[in-house]
Amino acid sequence: MTCEMATFFSVSVIFAVLLVLTALYCILATRNLIRILIGMELMTKAVTLLLAVGGYVSHQMAVAQTYIITLIVLEVVVIAIAAAIVIGSHKHNNDMDAGRMNNLKG
Amino acid sequence: MIFDFDTMYVVLLALLLSAAVWTVMTSHLLKSAIGLAVTSVVLTLILFLLKASLAGVFELSVCAGLITVVFISAISLTKPVAEAEAREMKMKRLKRFIFLPILLLIAGWLLRNRMIHLTHPVQAAADAATTVQQALWSGRRFDLVGQILIILAGIFGIIVLFKTKDCVDDKEKKQ
Repeated sequence: MTCEMATFFSVSVIFAVLLVLTALYCILATRNLIRILIGMELMTKAVTLLLAVGGYVSHQMAVAQTYIITLIVLEVVVIAIAAAIVIGSHKHNNDMDAGRMNNLKG
Repeated sequence: MIFDFDTMYVVLLALLLSAAVWTVMTSHLLKSAIGLAVTSVVLTLILFLLKASLAGVFELSVCAGLITVVFISAISLTKPVAEAEAREMKMKRLKRFIFLPILLLIAGWLLRNRMIHLTHPVQAAADAATTVQQALWSGRRFDLVGQILIILAGIFGIIVLFKTKDCVDDKEKKQ
C-alpha cells in the first residue's frame, strides 16, 4: 500500500469510527425504539463506507460491491422486521419505550 | 472551479458526518428519518466517487428511498389497537404462514438434488471477479440464495407493518 493510499485509508477509518460513535450515542442516549433503529442504520452506513474503502484500497471493487449489496439487502430486511416489532410493542404498551420490550409475549 | 479527488472525498466525508450528527440531534422523529435519507444520499455520492456505481444505485434506491418510507410509515402507524382485535390479527397471521414448511421442504429437496450449485464463496469471488456481475452471479451465489430467503422474510415483516392500517380501516368501515 502506498503512502497516499495509507493516508486515504486512515482518514476514512477515522470518519467511520466517528460515525459509529454518533450511532452509539443515538442508541444509548434514548429509549425511543425508532431512534434506536435510526442509530442502527447509521452504524450500517459506517460499515458500508469501510467496505467501499477496503475495496478501493485493495483494488477489489467488484467483490466489495457485492458485499455492500448483500449488506443493503440485510439492512432493509432488518429494518422492516424491527419496524414491525416496534409497531407491535406500541400496540401492546401504547408507547415506544425500549424498557417495556419485555412485556411482548407470543 | 474543479476539485481534486482528495478534496471532494474529505468534503463528502465531513458532509456525511454532519448529516449523521443532525439526524441524531434533531428532536423530531420525522426530521430524523429525513436526515437519515440525506446521510444515505451523501454516502451514495461517496460510493460513486470510489467507482462503486452499482452499490451507489442500491444505496440510493433502497436506503434513501425504501428505508425512509418504512421509517415514516412506522412513525405514522403507531396507534393503539384493542385486545380482541390483536388476537384476531394473530390468528390470521398464523394462517398466512402455514405454507412456510412446504417452502422449506422444496428448498431442502432442491439442495439435496444439487439443483442449486453453491460455489466456495470468498476464494472464487477474489479469483475471477473482474466485474460486479461476475462476482455477484458466479462468486457469491451462496449470498444470493441467502438474500432471496431474507427478502422473503422482509416481505412478511412489511405485511405485518402495514397490517395495522388495514385493521384500522376495517374498524372504521364497521362503525
